[in-house]
Amino acid sequence: MLAIPGRLLALIFFVVLFFIPLFLQGSSGSYYLRIFIFANMYVIFAVSWDLLSGYTGQLNFGHALFFGVAAYTTALLNIHLGWQPWATIPIGALAGVIAGLIVCLPALRLRGPYLALVTLAFPLILLGIIFAFTDFTGGELGISGLDRISDSRTTDYYISVAVMIVSVMIMWKLTDAGSSIIRTGIVFHAIREDEIAARASGINTIRYKLLAFAVAGFFAGIAGAFHAHFMRIAGPSNLELVLSFQVIIWTVFGGITSIYGPVVGVYILFPLMEFLRAAPEVRYLIFAGIVVIMLLFMPEGIAVWVRDKIERECPRCKLSNMAFRKTCRACNTYLYEHAGD
Amino acid sequence: MVEGIIIQGLIKGGTYALLAVGFSLIFGVARMINLAHTCFYMLAAYGIYYFAKELEMPLAAAVVLSLLATTVIGILTYRLFIDRVREHHVTVMLITLAMAMIFQEFMIMAFSSEPLGTPSFVSGYWTIIGVKVSYQNLLTFGIALAVLVCVWALLSKTRLGVAIRATAQDSEIANLMGINVRRILLITMALAAALAAIAGAVVTPTLTLVPTMWTSPLVMIMAIVVLGGLGSVKGSFIGAFIIGFIEVLVVFLLPGGAFLKGAFALLVMVLILLIRPEGLFGVAFEEERL
Repeated sequence: MLAIPGRLLALIFFVVLFFIPLFLQGSSGSYYLRIFIFANMYVIFAVSWDLLSGYTGQLNFGHALFFGVAAYTTALLNIHLGWQPWATIPIGALAGVIAGLIVCLPALRLRGPYLALVTLAFPLILLGIIFAFTDFTGGELGISGLDRISDSRTTDYYISVAVMIVSVMIMWKLTDAGSSIIRTGIVFHAIREDEIAARASGINTIRYKLLAFAVAGFFAGIAGAFHAHFMRIAGPSNLELVLSFQVIIWTVFGGITSIYGPVVGVYILFPLMEFLRAAPEVRYLIFAGIVVIMLLFMPEGIAVWVRDKIERECPRCKLSNMAFRKTCRACNTYLYEHAGD
Repeated sequence: MVEGIIIQGLIKGGTYALLAVGFSLIFGVARMINLAHTCFYMLAAYGIYYFAKELEMPLAAAVVLSLLATTVIGILTYRLFIDRVREHHVTVMLITLAMAMIFQEFMIMAFSSEPLGTPSFVSGYWTIIGVKVSYQNLLTFGIALAVLVCVWALLSKTRLGVAIRATAQDSEIANLMGINVRRILLITMALAAALAAIAGAVVTPTLTLVPTMWTSPLVMIMAIVVLGGLGSVKGSFIGAFIIGFIEVLVVFLLPGGAFLKGAFALLVMVLILLIRPEGLFGVAFEEERL
């Protein structure tokens, strides 16, 4: 673990997350904790997009659908049936799974830009329905007055950190191509790279694509349901195009197909957007400007760029090494080509 | 009512066709999804407002200036930002989206987000089979048709058109045949931006201008282009009228239709794609087929 700088940084990050509330006390601390809670939820959301679109290659431009469906399901169950968050959040996540499977039906026949544009349509169709039947869905205002997750902000924070770490770890394991226990990781990579070849190798790609959509729907659903309970409202903004694009921007900014990329992306961009509230006129301008400049100079994403600076993959045994080592820690191969000796 | 639906549908379809053909053209030639496409439509509309109302220029001069300015902005956007990352599809989409946001924010800074109006180019109306159609709407439809015919002629009758189509089919082979692919891409981008700007110019008088006016047509033209088959100009032309008519039908016939029109149009797109995954007139390329 400690031999790989990237893993070490991730460990430090998680440890720091546990101690953050100690430094954020009082009312302004409560405001900052709120930002972190949102960031944790969006991390789950962005990582689930990375699993679906980055790893499996099913370009989803309507990821907000899973988020919104879960948020609305949670809100309706909580308001009309009076169910508590511990029951509504898992059911919301299951609603996300169902939404994922429904979207997957056309997705089985489509790919690339066609898939992107069809997935884009789903949340907008739902949004149209929500605006047309306002007495059930609350229309523009949404459904408000949901129960809180807990009474204190700090408890909310710890719950969100725990859910985030567990979800990210599960998705990281599911997409780990080198894993000897589960083969989903390598299959997802195979589907993205060449689906026909994957099929020819005897992989039931349809089943794995359904799995990818269901898993992504589940975790995006958790994020959406948690968000609804924390905000105490489920509204049209949970389904809007902006949210679907936001998640893509976070992930690509951090580094697509890397799991830690979206984590880094959300943790940089989301607080940045909150601090830019101080300058509302130029907020989106600065945001868009940063995204453009970043994409022009680090097209692979900031986390991947940093990783390549601090880690070096051994050319022979594919093990990650610290960048300053001359030889691989396992097989002693030279990590860099060098002239002379 | 039937006459109303037909006439409104034709006008709606005409504007959508202008936008969709440009979007389809640039996708077909450069294989890039330009999410800033309808921004040029927004920029042209604001340009006309600025030149005609704030600088008090004659309307014709304002329109021409605005079209030119928008096309130049389109070329610059392509040259400075898109061209460098053209190989990465997702990056292109994100960069164009970010550009769209930047344009929108600049318009908010310059004109605030208050709705603005521009005067009609022509006043008065004409009664066709019992329906009052304003000359403005007729002009919109007429210009849309005329421009589309010009585009068709350009693509099928001129050497430039042949070069554009060749690049769309296979840019590497086109390059080997002595076509300057980079220049063709730039010309196509300029053409697409100009088409979007013309669409913006002809609908300006019938709309109120807000800086976010680019989002809803963007979704609709993406639906149209996918419906017609990505990269097929004929497909997007026909798709535009299908979607335009569906929108008008839903608004006329359903209660709450104004909210459902987008949803219905998108639903039709999804259903057609379920039956024909490559769109109505799309060609399924071997390497893109599933």
